Amino acid sequence: MKPKSRTSARSADKSTIKTGAQIIVDTLIEQGVDTMFGYTGGVVLPLFDRLYDAPIHFINPRHEQGGCHMADAYARASGKVGVMVATSGPGACNLVTGLATAMMDSVPMVALTGQVRTELIGNDAFQEADTTGITRPVTKYNCIVKDIKDLARTIREAFHIASTGRPGPVLIDLPVDVSVAKCSTDGTTEVDLPGYRVRPKGHAKQISMAAQAINKSEQPVLYVGGGVISANASEELRALAEKAHVPVTMTLLGLGSYDQNKPESLDMLGMHGTAYANYAVQECDLLIAVGARFDDRVTGKIDTFAPNAKIIHIDIDPASISKNVRVDIPVVGDAKLILSELVKEVEYHQRKEWFNKIAEWKQKFVLRYDESSSTVKPQYVITELCRQTEGQAIVTTGVGQNQMWAAQFYRFSRPRQLISSGGLGTMGFGLPAAIGAQIAKPKETVIDIDGDHSFNMTLTELATAVEHELPIKVCILNNGYMGMVRQWQELFYGHRYSKTYLKNPEYEAIACAFGAVGITVDKKTDVPKAIKKMLAEKKPCVVDFRVEREENVWPMVPSGKSLDEMDGLDILESMA
Amino acid sequence: MKHIISALVENKPGVLAHVAGMFAARAFNIDSLVVGRTEDPKLSRMTIVVIGDDRVLEQVRKQLAKIVPVVKVQDFVGQPVIARDLMLIAISAPPEKRPEILSLIEMFRGKVVDISQKSLMVEVSGPETKIEAFINVCKPYGIKNVARTGTIAMPRQAKTEP
Repeated sequence: MKPKSRTSARSADKSTIKTGAQIIVDTLIEQGVDTMFGYTGGVVLPLFDRLYDAPIHFINPRHEQGGCHMADAYARASGKVGVMVATSGPGACNLVTGLATAMMDSVPMVALTGQVRTELIGNDAFQEADTTGITRPVTKYNCIVKDIKDLARTIREAFHIASTGRPGPVLIDLPVDVSVAKCSTDGTTEVDLPGYRVRPKGHAKQISMAAQAINKSEQPVLYVGGGVISANASEELRALAEKAHVPVTMTLLGLGSYDQNKPESLDMLGMHGTAYANYAVQECDLLIAVGARFDDRVTGKIDTFAPNAKIIHIDIDPASISKNVRVDIPVVGDAKLILSELVKEVEYHQRKEWFNKIAEWKQKFVLRYDESSSTVKPQYVITELCRQTEGQAIVTTGVGQNQMWAAQFYRFSRPRQLISSGGLGTMGFGLPAAIGAQIAKPKETVIDIDGDHSFNMTLTELATAVEHELPIKVCILNNGYMGMVRQWQELFYGHRYSKTYLKNPEYEAIACAFGAVGITVDKKTDVPKAIKKMLAEKKPCVVDFRVEREENVWPMVPSGKSLDEMDGLDILESMA
Repeated sequence: MKHIISALVENKPGVLAHVAGMFAARAFNIDSLVVGRTEDPKLSRMTIVVIGDDRVLEQVRKQLAKIVPVVKVQDFVGQPVIARDLMLIAISAPPEKRPEILSLIEMFRGKVVDISQKSLMVEVSGPETKIEAFINVCKPYGIKNVARTGTIAMPRQAKTEP
């Protein structure tokens, strides 16, 4: 009897004994991961061996930075946590830009990096880097797992931290010996984070104060950011704006949280925002900020920002409150919960004078470009894209003029429709982001509106798009310059175009060489049919639009000026 | 204005780097920072002296609290608090000066902890002002070495006790 029971006990033990790599894969699956991005290497061999036949859709970028942006955009498009794996040393270092991008824009991500064996750490071993040290400022949280017993728990904690509160990237560094070690997974499961608290429910008294302020206000403005999208609070925002009758302006990352086709929409505010949004903010008596952080590109000169306004700030991150501007009524918590409470307490007011004033501004300062020009205007390309896709495509962008024109001339109507690097302003984001978004939303049309130089930075990921047969569209607004910097040089550095011109390759040929479709457009009349062809393509398609070379983005609040001190309004009016 | 911030943190590797890195990245000035264990082996206490106006301190508090392994943050400003620094100071002390120096040490309630032919090592603790004052009175004799901790602090208990 005795030997028998011992044998069965041993076999029971065996069934729960796993390697670290197996624990990682099992815990990822348990956390709902069905798609991940990653690039292999020496110290992640055990993990990649487990991924060989794991039920996870795996996308291999051509560079870790690209993979990190893909995971980021996958998260932004789907609302799920994006997962990226990289090896130690250079692999981990290549994640830094991607992590910083996700950190600045509050995107939930988990990055797993391999690390050299624990006994080699600190010895300057081959492909060793102090990954947790390097990535600490660009992650919401990071840690190294040195004991296999902590592995499952740490991964669970990472997903919890990444996806709750103000979302952000979490990195776990995994020494290779932990991946090959074996242990029973029992008793290692409890999440233990005494220092991490999320309080989603807003303070009832603060919410009432906010409601009273809204009810009393004659000239209120809702100023909403990416927080509304990450909180999935668009429906509640719409209810509030309609019930209380308040106009809505959005930050770059907030675009899509409120349907731009609705009459209350003031579109984007800030440095390249609309004049009507900026004037409304400067003249409002109540500014209701939701999931936005008073970034300098939004506020202009901070001392003169919304000078007559009482400020309500709804945000999940207490540290965002009164960081840049002094807030009168802070409400800390989840935007969805707070807005749904707030809606109950607000009353409808017609605010006829205020809306009349706004209507006048909207009519006078409509965003324009020279439609009579015979050259290919970048704004025209985007307007035509918006028309042919009926405003329904998912748009990713590079950084600079292409990004601002996309924000100005594409009309976004639903959340998670615009995927752009706002806070960090990462050039090269557009193409990998389009790949990540297309993986998340295989049935949607995904368009990368890119700049030539932004595209140059990560164009190697075309190979990834071709390999996975993703029908992404890349529209390069090719002006041959680093356009936004050139614009500043024109305006503020006496036309001295220092190092903003770089020789570009032939993008059509590049696309073909990668196995994608390439199209070149240099005539205005060819724009509609090129876009039509592009939209019909099943393969990745790159369209090289040779646009007007020295077109500027207007209006523009010069750095350090107040929001209502916009340049270029006369230029826009002259095009009427 | 000087603020004493007390942060209870998880006793994990990297926490000090995280806190110090946050201060550097956000350009907050640390006057002193002391880390030590608490009665709970899972927790350490960091006592950080920061100079700044109310607005800066509000951000310091919030940014500290945001760091995942930071469990609790308190700013002791405006409350009665016991704050102490500890110093070891080596003073030149030839035999003929010793009586004089010893009487100074006694006035400051210091303790001689080491003695050699030419010098004395003294341990002094107290509020920062007292430490500074002791350094000043020792200067004429010649200071050979000073090692100081930063400030540790605890609010007076009277009002918190039932």
